[in-house]
Amino acid sequence: MKSKVWLGLLGLALILALPFATDLLLGRSWVRLLDFALLYAMLALGLNIVVGYAGLLDLGYVAFYAVGAYLYAMLASPHLGMHWPLWALLPMGALVAACFGALLGAPTLGLRGDYLAIVTMGFGEIIRIFLRNLNITNGPAGIDLIDPIQMGGFSFGANHSLLGWDFPGIYSYYFLFLILTALIVLISHRLSDSRIGRAWSAIREDEIAAKSSGLNTRQLKLMAFAMGAAFGGVSGVLFAGFQGFISPESFTMGESIMVLCMVVLGGMGHISGVIMGAILLAILPEAFRPLSQFQQATFGHVWLDPANLRMLMFAVALIVVMIIRPEGLWPSPVRRRELLTNDDEKNSSHKAVP
Amino acid sequence: MPRLLTSIVLSLVAIGLVSCSKSSTPSAASSGEITVLIGASNPMTGPQAHLGKDNENGTRMAIEDANAQGFTIGGQKVKFQLVSEDDAADPKTGTIVAQKFADQKVSGVIGHLNSGTTIPASRIYSEAGIPQISPSATNPKYTHQGFKTAFRVIPNDTQQGGELGRYVASKIGAKTVAVMDDTTQYGQGLANQFEEAAKAAGVTILTHEHTDDKATDFQAILTNIKAKKPDIIFYGGMDAQSGPMMKQIRSLGIQAKFLTGDGGCSTEFLTLAGAAGEGAYCSLPGMPIEKMPKGEDFKKRFNAKYGEIQDYSPYCYDAVMVMIDAMKRADSTLPSKYLPELAKSNYDGVTAHISFDENGDLKGGVITVYQLLSGKWVAQDTLGGKPK
Amino acid sequence: MDIFLQQVINGLVQGSLYALVALGYTMVYGIIELVNFAHGEVVMVGALVGLSIIERMAARGDTGWGVIAVGVLVAIPSCMALGLGIERIAYRPLRKAPRLAPLITAIGVSIALQQLAALIWGRNYLHYPEVLANPQFHIGGAVITQIQLVILTTTGILMLVTWVIVQKTALGRAMRASAQNPSVAGLMGVNVDRIIASTFLMGSGLAAVAGVLVGTYYGVGNHTMGFMLGLKAFTAAVLGGIGSLGGAMLGGLLLGVIENLGAGYLGSLTNGAMGSNYSDVLAFLMLIAVLIFRPSGLMGERGSEKV
Repeated sequence: MKSKVWLGLLGLALILALPFATDLLLGRSWVRLLDFALLYAMLALGLNIVVGYAGLLDLGYVAFYAVGAYLYAMLASPHLGMHWPLWALLPMGALVAACFGALLGAPTLGLRGDYLAIVTMGFGEIIRIFLRNLNITNGPAGIDLIDPIQMGGFSFGANHSLLGWDFPGIYSYYFLFLILTALIVLISHRLSDSRIGRAWSAIREDEIAAKSSGLNTRQLKLMAFAMGAAFGGVSGVLFAGFQGFISPESFTMGESIMVLCMVVLGGMGHISGVIMGAILLAILPEAFRPLSQFQQATFGHVWLDPANLRMLMFAVALIVVMIIRPEGLWPSPVRRRELLTNDDEKNSSHKAVP
Repeated sequence: MPRLLTSIVLSLVAIGLVSCSKSSTPSAASSGEITVLIGASNPMTGPQAHLGKDNENGTRMAIEDANAQGFTIGGQKVKFQLVSEDDAADPKTGTIVAQKFADQKVSGVIGHLNSGTTIPASRIYSEAGIPQISPSATNPKYTHQGFKTAFRVIPNDTQQGGELGRYVASKIGAKTVAVMDDTTQYGQGLANQFEEAAKAAGVTILTHEHTDDKATDFQAILTNIKAKKPDIIFYGGMDAQSGPMMKQIRSLGIQAKFLTGDGGCSTEFLTLAGAAGEGAYCSLPGMPIEKMPKGEDFKKRFNAKYGEIQDYSPYCYDAVMVMIDAMKRADSTLPSKYLPELAKSNYDGVTAHISFDENGDLKGGVITVYQLLSGKWVAQDTLGGKPK
Repeated sequence: MDIFLQQVINGLVQGSLYALVALGYTMVYGIIELVNFAHGEVVMVGALVGLSIIERMAARGDTGWGVIAVGVLVAIPSCMALGLGIERIAYRPLRKAPRLAPLITAIGVSIALQQLAALIWGRNYLHYPEVLANPQFHIGGAVITQIQLVILTTTGILMLVTWVIVQKTALGRAMRASAQNPSVAGLMGVNVDRIIASTFLMGSGLAAVAGVLVGTYYGVGNHTMGFMLGLKAFTAAVLGGIGSLGGAMLGGLLLGVIENLGAGYLGSLTNGAMGSNYSDVLAFLMLIAVLIFRPSGLMGERGSEKV
């Protein structure tokens, strides 16, 4: 018992010291990457509710990310001349995204898995096309010069100093994102253990049986969409303030697939697995960078494009994981039992047919 | 427990692997010599890699020439070193690269190649106080954000679109135009500038259609345009679209002339449009290399070292030289010291005489219009402000 | 009127290409109830393989429809092998798995194929060499080119052949039986695994032809060309009624015509608020509308879901 407490404290200390350590060892741009990784973690946790808990394959999840980001960008930049504060925009982003979630989810309630996936993919694309063409979102140019996040006079984007130590903006963002991620983790955890969470599990495993047992599957599915979307919206708001510039290119279907990969590869339905998946996949592109530099140096030309190689690896990993280890790299023990038992039962029943 | 331990070990291994990828620190200079880092960011991978490589070569050649000359600035011998990064023409990667340059405290940045990456990155450079010269980003917004560190050595799309609009009325003699764009920042920006200028010159704009930069079938839109019978069709976008579009225009039996901007002014267009491209017009910022003041000489040396010039390498060369010239006049390689001198540049480059206006745009930029004749782009007219 | 006719002609040509690809989707879905996300990429591979062959031949100076035919003849077995491989490696192990798994795998296969193509052929837009003189024919004020005519006839013939195979041959009977009830079909002596493989073979073969035709028609090939095409073809299959061959053909033609008319007239209909750049949105909205209001499609049977 005591060792667990010590381990927990050690883990906490590591997490708190991470930006400083990373800066020293790897340089400031890696801290920036860490911040992005946390944003992705929030996204993955949101998608985890839709895909992992409720079993709804949403391929257009990036739409909610976009909604949150554009909301913040439009209301906190010179674009429309408005500069609303974070304490108003963050909950607003969550709320508006949740509404979109329910809106986009509503038509899909009667659809089966494959159709659901395609329709959500279609919605994701529709939203991106609108963002690209509407004047109010500034079309393909995107929105620039977005206000950095500030709370009560403290600007997260500005450089501060703490006890003589350099405390640049990316550190402040790190801790802000950390707090919000922790909040989302807490909410996810409580949800999974609640009645709603169990109802979602029932829907995931067998929707018709769940309906026959009296569960209001329509409402529950809408709730899953809304909650997942809300987290996506929060992450979007933070993203806009952090990067200072957004354009429709940041919200392509490729991003939706990335987040899906994070959830699936990390461990569907398992909070720690999903976070691990998010951080791993967010940092990987940078780790691939030396590959192109190496090719450049030795061959004078890049034969194997690292971006393609990376995506190929992800795709193959998806296939392999689904075939060999569908519960993901770091599954929850419950999920592992569930997925493996399924296969065993189904296999044996198949053999029973003469 | 063992699982937790495994994940900690794995993460440590990952961090270890990843720190090996940390970009190498600049080589130590011999005593009395300082190393000055110049950052270059271009798409080294992806569909524009050939342009990115070309840019990097231009920058590299300039730095090698400078080192060969041996400058002494601030009483010390200066050795310039190129730090080249890949931004994949992606705005997000561009900001990460910009952050890297800022962390490494480079003295100046030549880049980025695309407007879409240059604009968000410019904010980071501005905050870090690092002067940035883009050799190829043409979107006007880049220099209109109020950043003192943003410069470009190439005319922007306001100039390009503007000149084309007037050209269409005066030289080509068109009375009616159908405009199309690819809904990207570059394509739409150029098309809008063109439309404004054409309207002002008395040309009737029949319609303004939009497609996107991934489309291959334009026939529905073109059929619409065919009904309106324009004298000329203008397309703001890249050669990957304008090439096939040209084919479809002719196969639909549309007789109108065709004009596109620098995105379509390439050898790619010649291949993709084939015979249908005959007679098409395009424009490039700047002059044909043969007409540039020191162009022939540059071309000979560049071809010997790196092969054919793709597009913007001469501009990269000039960008580096302008930067070094400013350092010389300020007698310092520190950004804070030479930045004011950069703004006051008055330099005779390979491509043109370089001086900047209050926004950082090139003063007196010219545009050259080409026409596709017998399978080759032939320079027709040079428009715009005269150099010097 | 001429303009309308022109839009319809273009729409029918585009639509017949959709129909060809939609056949592959609908046949696979009919039999294993899985949306083969990778089908669009198989079309893309067909186009690019054909491109490589046609390029080689064009470099030697060969021209004419013979070159295209050779390209098709090489693309077909390549795509068939690909389709077979996908079925064996990615889909067969997951036939009994919960719904989510094969779906995610299908997405994985789709992306993997795209990236492989990018690694092999590069990310640039590749050029289909001009080996054809493309004479135009006039119908009133509208124009139809030789390539368009060839596309219409080829797809028509192939659709007919497919229909005959499925309706009139023993293989087709076995396919229909497996689609209706795989276990009972198995009891009746049908090797369901082999039938499924044959379905993939047929679908991939059609995809190969569609790929080369698309490449010849537009003159370009690129590793991303499969995604949108696949999505639209799937929309066509759903529109017509998934599982129904006639539905796939009808859906394809309809979608092509609607898209072209829409892109042409959307601007004037919405008074300039929404122009041709929203034509993709139109296709998606149609898909969503069909799935919500008439999920069985135009020619599908209205059935209830069996528990």
